[in-house]
Parts: sequence; C-alpha cells; structure tokens
Amino acid sequence: MAPIFAYIEHRGGVPDDTAAELAAAARTIDATSAPTAILTGAGADLGAVAESLRASYDEVWTIGGDALAHPNAELVRAALVGALPRGSVVLVAHNHFGMDMAPGLAVRMQAAMVSDILGIEAVDGTSMRAVRQEFGGQVSAHVRCDLSAGAVVTVRPGAFKPAGGAPVNGRVVDKSSAIGAIAARRRYIETVVAEAGDVDITKHSVLVSVGRGIQDQENVALAEALAEALGAAVSCSRPVVDAKWLEKSRQVGTSGQTVKPKVYLACGISGAFQHLAGLKGSPFIVAVNKNPKAPIFQYADVGIVDDVLEFIPALTEKVRARS
Amino acid sequence: MEILVCVRRVPDTSENEIQLNSEQNDIERDDLVYSVNEWDNYAVEEALQIVGRLGGHVTVVTVGGEDDEEILRRQMAMGANHGVLLSDAAFEGSDGLGIARILAAFVKKGSYDLVLTGVQAEDGGAAVGGMLAAMLDYPFASLVNAVEVLDGARALRVSREIEGGNREISEIDLPCVLSIQTGINEPRYVGMRGIRQVASIPIPTHGAADLGLAAGAVGAAGAKVTREDYFVPPAGKGAEMLQGKRDEVVDKLVELLAAKGGLK
Repeated sequence: MAPIFAYIEHRGGVPDDTAAELAAAARTIDATSAPTAILTGAGADLGAVAESLRASYDEVWTIGGDALAHPNAELVRAALVGALPRGSVVLVAHNHFGMDMAPGLAVRMQAAMVSDILGIEAVDGTSMRAVRQEFGGQVSAHVRCDLSAGAVVTVRPGAFKPAGGAPVNGRVVDKSSAIGAIAARRRYIETVVAEAGDVDITKHSVLVSVGRGIQDQENVALAEALAEALGAAVSCSRPVVDAKWLEKSRQVGTSGQTVKPKVYLACGISGAFQHLAGLKGSPFIVAVNKNPKAPIFQYADVGIVDDVLEFIPALTEKVRARS
Repeated sequence: MEILVCVRRVPDTSENEIQLNSEQNDIERDDLVYSVNEWDNYAVEEALQIVGRLGGHVTVVTVGGEDDEEILRRQMAMGANHGVLLSDAAFEGSDGLGIARILAAFVKKGSYDLVLTGVQAEDGGAAVGGMLAAMLDYPFASLVNAVEVLDGARALRVSREIEGGNREISEIDLPCVLSIQTGINEPRYVGMRGIRQVASIPIPTHGAADLGLAAGAVGAAGAKVTREDYFVPPAGKGAEMLQGKRDEVVDKLVELLAAKGGLK
C-alpha cells in the first residue's frame, strides 16, 4: 500500500477538527499504515500545530515559509507537489479550502481524484470502495477508486470519528527545503469578515428556520409570525439567501453561522450536510417537509410531512391561542 | 472578453424526489425532470454580466449527448452567443478527471480569457473546475461569489466564500478558471419564446478525434473512479414522525415544544 498523507489545516496554532478525522480515515484505508500529517504555514504557529499532531500521526511534516502564512491554495498546492512522493494517497478535508486546493493537486501528481467521501467500505489491494452522497444527500453511491497511481481523496468533515487510544508520539520533520521558489498567479489580498445582521441568530435559543420549501419571499412572513409567537428568531438555509429573501447573517451552515439553539424548527429545509454542520449542541430538531424522503428526517427528533405554507400558520395560531 | 462556461444537464432536485429504482442499484430515471445544473446557471449569468460591461462573447459547452443540446439552447436563450456539444461514444463513463480532460482539449483549441464552471453538480464532486485549471496550467479559484475585472483586463479581483460567511479576496491573473457559487447574482429568466428563437441555431459537435484525445485517456477506459451503484443507507434512529390530521399534529407538536422549552 502506498504511503498515506493527510493535509492539515490550522488556525491560531491549533489544528482543525478534521485533523483527527483524517487520521481515522487513513487508518480505515490501511489499518497498518503509519499516516503522515503534512502542514504548511509560517512562524511559531507551525511548530505548535505540529506538536499537537504528534498524538495522532506517526510522522508530521512541516513546510514553513513567509509565502505560506496565509493558506493560498495555489501556493500550498505547489509546496505539496514539491514535498509529496509520487504514488501517495493524500487525504484533504472536503471544505472551502480542500475544494480549492485538492483537484489541482490530483492532476499535478497524476493521481486519481476522489471527492467528498463519507465512508470507506473496503480496500482490496489498490482498489478502494468508498461511499459518497449525491443529489443533496437524497441518495448515496458506492464508488470504486483505483489508487495504483496514488490518489487525492477529499473527506467530508464529521464523517469519520477520531480514534481513541494511546498517542502515537510521532516524529516532526521539517520539509521546508523541499520546495523551490513559488510564484503566485493568484495573490491573497484580504479576508472580509461577515457583516453582522439586524438579528444575531447565534444568541437565540429557539430558531424557526426556513429553506427552499418556503417558495417565495412573501412567505417568509409566515415564519416571522411563528417566530414572534414563540419568542424565536428566523434563520434559514442557503437557497433562501441565494434568492435574496433573507440576509446572509440569517444563514445556518458551513458558509453561514454556527448556532446552538435549544429548539430548531426546520421548515422546508431538505437537510444538506453543509446546513446541518452549522447546527451544534444537539438541539431538539423539528422538521417539516412535504418530501417524506428529505434527508432532514434522518437527523430530526420529530418529523412532520406537510406543506410548510399551510403547517406554519396552523402552528402559529395554536401557539398564540395558548399564551 | 471571451468567456467559456462549462455546463451540465442534471436531474433537477427541486422538481424531483430522487429515489432508487426497483433493482435498488440506480436512481429511478423514468419521468425525471432535467435542467441545467443550478451552479452552472449562475456561472452563465456571471459571464453574461461581464460581457455586458466589457464586450466580448460567451460560449457554453457541455460534454454529453443529443439530449444535452436542450440546456445549451436554454443558456443561449439567456444570452450566450455560442453553444458547443462535446460528444463521442468514447466519452461515455468518464469520471471527473476524464470530463476535465475533454474540456481542457476543447479550451486549448480556442482562445478564452476566462473559463467558468459551477462549483459542483448535483451528482458530482466539485472537482472538475480545479482539475481543468491544472491541466491548462491556469490559476484557479473556487467558490467564487464576486468577480471584478481589473483595469486592463489582465487580472480579476475575486471573492471566495469561506467559513462563517467570511470572504477571501484575491487577485488572479487571466486567463484563469473560476468555479462559481450560487447566489453570486440573480440569473435572468428564460421564457419559452426565447428558447424558440434559438431553436434553429446549429450547435457544433466535437468528438474525441476532433479534440485530439486518445480513447484510453477518457471514458470508462480512462476512469480511475467508477460509480458502482446507488443505495439508501440504513436509516439511523430517524425522526419520530407525527401523523394524523393537521390539527392533531399541531397539538402534539405544541406539547413537545412546551416540554423542550420552545415556547415563550
């Protein structure tokens, strides 16, 4: 089996949560593998991250340089191509950075590109059978991947559970000299922090959240009326923001806000993983959706198959009558 | 500016419930409603807006068969100047890498300042744009949610969607490849009349030989990733489904909400 590497993202000297998940995925591909973490960055942070990764990786490769202070995918990719042995299997988190960096890495390494896997069912020699989700999570698929020439595999955050067990006390290796000069044709300028909206959905313990099923901007008022009756705030999933029916600050999900309500009413939300990943703290989830196959029903505590445009007003009326 | 937009026809998840067929190995494909992949539609709109400001042409291209011409015409009705179909029996069974190879061969035949794709397809892995860029040796940015052409039209200022609603701003040299995120613009409406107006415009087709592609590099022969089957994973605990008349369901839900602290 080819050597397995995991590219580790980090912030403020702390590895991303996916670091331990990628280690678990590496050991699922090959239980006997001694996976290597590889990370890029600059300054003291890099050493701090490497030190904390020793617990879950047999080896930790660091590539340091001022140009790598901000994780510009183009520069990181060039650094990885310089350092990684051909034929390696490289694991990367399937997130905003991984989607940017990984596909080009696969081409540059002349390796297979396997995207967004949630599970690995079997590895037979250099043939891996993995699980993906398609059509917004409505169905899953088995994919057969040829790892013989190496592969770049992006792994869905949260899909692999970090293994417990004793720390492996891996060795830290500085690979900074392995990279040559890298010129960027894409230059990082700045990070613009999201504007605060009129309502801070992260501060509310009850959220009435609307998705594509709300169908029209006018119908958002139905959710607002229910929220008022409940003393809740209105939040939403991505399609509602894309359609400009609510502002971005109301969006729950990886590209929006992370919320920790006590109660979450998902109205007309199908339940894409990017949305669910923004829900933390095990809220009591109520899902209302007219599609009985909507993935949200797998995650909700209580489900109701109904048209939200009719169900929400009926619920609002009952809640009002109670108070 | 000459802009190429790579588009795909996919089952429309807002119009269909995607379910397994009776053999439980593929999705049920009878009676599926197809449309242009949602992300690609935003990419075409973005291209049209750039050309609207700066002049130039928009070409839409897809890899597929005769059935896929309909989405090319739909995007031409939106305002794209040209539609091109890349079609060959040798392309069948291509994985994302194969699709990127086919598109790269087509891009190299032309002269484009900018190549756009959608971030992902409904049944895809969000990887074709990034692979295409690497094959062309063009710079790439994914999840783009704003594009500004800089003076002299030799570079763009782009915004990428990153975690927490934040945005990463970069400058990127042209030619480049961008994958476009939904919500970047408001795609214009296409009426039946618009589609009828472009119904008779010929759509050129290129096959493997036209593109100089060796048969083994694309299609099933070149694929390193193959979909074996579709399935529905065994349900977890799942939700407790509240059933009955709407009135009864609402009453039950109000009780549950009261117990969970969901009422004021």
